[in-house]
Amino acid sequence: MRTCAESFDSYILRSLGRDYGERLLPRGLDITLCDQFFLIASGLIWNVYFAVLAVVLAFSLATALAVGKFSEKPLISRPCNAFIFFFRGSPLFIQFFFFYSVFVLLPRQGININLVFTTLTVETHWLTRAQVGALLVLVLNTAAYTAELFYGALRSIPKGDLEAADAYGMTGFTKFRIVVWPTMMRLAWPSYTNEVIFLTHSTTLLFLSAFPARQQSGDALYYARYFVDQTFNPFVAYPIVAGYFILLTLLIIWGFSLVNTRLNRHLPKAKRQRIRFRPQYIR
Amino acid sequence: MNKLSIGLVAIAFSFGSVVASDVVRMGSEGAYPPYNFINDNNELDGFEREFGDLLCERAGLTCEWVINDWDTIIPNLVAGNYDTIMAGMSITEARSQVISFTQNYLPPDPSAYVALPGTDVSVITDGVIATQSNTVQSGVVADGSADLLEFPTPDETIAAVRNGEADAVLADKAYLNRFVQESGGQLVFLGDDIYPGAGVGMGVRQSDNELRETFDRVISEMKADGSLNELILKWFEGGIDTF
Amino acid sequence: MFSFCSDPSVLPQWQWFACYLTTGTHLAFYRSFLVVITLILLAAPAALLMGFAGAIAMRSHFTPLSWLGKGYTGLVRGVPDIVFFLFVPIAIGQGVEYVLHLINCPDWDQPVRQGSDFLVCREAKMPPVGSPAWVRDIYGFILALIAFALVFGAFVANTLYGAMNAVPRAQVETAEAYGMNRRQSFLHIVMPQMWVFALPGLSNIWMILIKATPLLFLLGIQDIVYWARELGGQKTSFYTYPHPDWRVWYFLAVLVFYLSLTWVSERFFEHLMNRFNRGQATADGERQRKGATA
Repeated sequence: MRTCAESFDSYILRSLGRDYGERLLPRGLDITLCDQFFLIASGLIWNVYFAVLAVVLAFSLATALAVGKFSEKPLISRPCNAFIFFFRGSPLFIQFFFFYSVFVLLPRQGININLVFTTLTVETHWLTRAQVGALLVLVLNTAAYTAELFYGALRSIPKGDLEAADAYGMTGFTKFRIVVWPTMMRLAWPSYTNEVIFLTHSTTLLFLSAFPARQQSGDALYYARYFVDQTFNPFVAYPIVAGYFILLTLLIIWGFSLVNTRLNRHLPKAKRQRIRFRPQYIR
Repeated sequence: MNKLSIGLVAIAFSFGSVVASDVVRMGSEGAYPPYNFINDNNELDGFEREFGDLLCERAGLTCEWVINDWDTIIPNLVAGNYDTIMAGMSITEARSQVISFTQNYLPPDPSAYVALPGTDVSVITDGVIATQSNTVQSGVVADGSADLLEFPTPDETIAAVRNGEADAVLADKAYLNRFVQESGGQLVFLGDDIYPGAGVGMGVRQSDNELRETFDRVISEMKADGSLNELILKWFEGGIDTF
Repeated sequence: MFSFCSDPSVLPQWQWFACYLTTGTHLAFYRSFLVVITLILLAAPAALLMGFAGAIAMRSHFTPLSWLGKGYTGLVRGVPDIVFFLFVPIAIGQGVEYVLHLINCPDWDQPVRQGSDFLVCREAKMPPVGSPAWVRDIYGFILALIAFALVFGAFVANTLYGAMNAVPRAQVETAEAYGMNRRQSFLHIVMPQMWVFALPGLSNIWMILIKATPLLFLLGIQDIVYWARELGGQKTSFYTYPHPDWRVWYFLAVLVFYLSLTWVSERFFEHLMNRFNRGQATADGERQRKGATA
């Protein structure tokens, strides 16, 4: 039997690959409680990786899509609308399967894009790796959900703010940067917080769908499921994952409400919006 | 398929004698041609289907086939959701601790590596090898120095080689044969065949001695009169030795 | 299916496809769409009932009950739902077997959990040992349904709780002034009016429910995803209709199915919201009223 310290050493970084700890995962009767705690914790590395990168990378795309959907020119608003509908209207789980099978079909050598003076090779084979391909799907997906929130916020920007900007002679990008964007962020922030929470939760799906776990390095739920298959006891591993995710959720709420306070600092106290935790979306 | 039929039950008492009218439920995977597969009419087909039906007929048993995921095929046998496993399952020591096997109905059969043309043989020792999880092949790769990439179903392992996720796939040669033949040169065998298993046998619960003996007797009969060899030749086209 | 399907290898292309798309496995694929729709149609009322009970519990003046209600909704929402979908069916399955075990086999002296085994006596197995495949399928489906009802019940409870509180307080006070007790004012004032406040939330949950159905696949049920993966995979000449890896087309079809399901639902809820807003103390209701008198 391993001691707790030993299983910490063996498994806390195991999700990074089998060179970072014990090569083989614990099996059958050999599994200790500490193994479950640490291996599942190690899987959280990937949940955080996917969530943080997806949120960061999707942010600008979401802003662009929201502004695009708000545009009065159908040539711009229609494609943005379609994009948002596609990713919000279908399950994330199926999107993983679909995009994985698309990525598999791309040529392995990469695609050569002929620019006039040089040839750009797009390394497509990375896309079949979860760390790249699934991240791309997550980025597109959360960009669509976030864009819808930002779009809602754009629509409810007080008319007076815009008129004030006009009165100062602001136009185009300056007006957007100084007036529209900050207000949009302030209005959308509470629901954006929730979106980030759902996104973090939905990172548990990707190793359960099409993307394979190389060298058995997967996310928290991947390991929890592994333990349940090995021990036939769902009452240990799943509550551990649940506990970790509740902590993660609280952490996100804490971090985002700090920003929320900052965004609302110029408003009188009674008018400030509070973040309410209302996760309701599943993809 | 039934991950929901829960509970790994070590049944500590006998199931009683197998009366001729009892229905014997035969578990199989249905995704591993030519051993067993679901054909286009949504029926189980393949060597094990035909052989299993013959076994039951000769033993005077009524048999019924149950399809189950490979991952949970042993737990569900032990839990009593079916009474036998015929799923190209090699007899190994680890499995014999949990279930018991009849004598083998296929001799030790070759496993082979398949890769894209031009792949260097050295990937067998230091590349990424795809296998189906919980197979003898995955055991071989896990014990070796190559990187193991496991998939729940066998056809995903082939897809992984095609898209470069894995350098090669290790599986039963009889399964790989048609994929290589029909790939138009896009897939080739790599290196030498290996013989990781001790032959394929029928798995039964350890408490089910009577059932095991019944099938053992009929398998011996069919080995002796050549009818098993006939079936092996029909389905494996010389890829597997006869008895 | 068609008479010309007897030898597919010599058929021209369109006939080959006509035969291919009507094989037994494809018919099973089409049936699995019905399984999904059945699940949605059964899970929705089940979740509504769970949610209603949850919301009543949350409103209760009896503190432990309101804690129970709030704990239930809070817990379900703080954890990825997929954890519940994986956990609940196994937990209930083992729970049922354990209870049956206590009832049927009181003399059993070994512990139920030994190492990595879950041991109950033979009489306690659910579904009973030797039941046919369809009984096991239905049992699995019911366990999955319970998981869906539990998770979505929590969402619904929260929405209904909010909706009950959104009914103008003054109306409830008026009712009490007329001598109605808590129960009566709930039945006659709150209940009829809460739905319009709950509808946006409920329609959102309906969409989520639709998008959660592919998770059935993870519970080992032969649903759309299972068949799409199975049929799309490369088929060698052991099969009557050999083909290369076509998964992308199958998953595309599944995507289109879900997109149309959500599109239709969206239209339906828009229509419903318009109807519901008539005569209600909401902004839209006010607009409709003004439009009618003007």
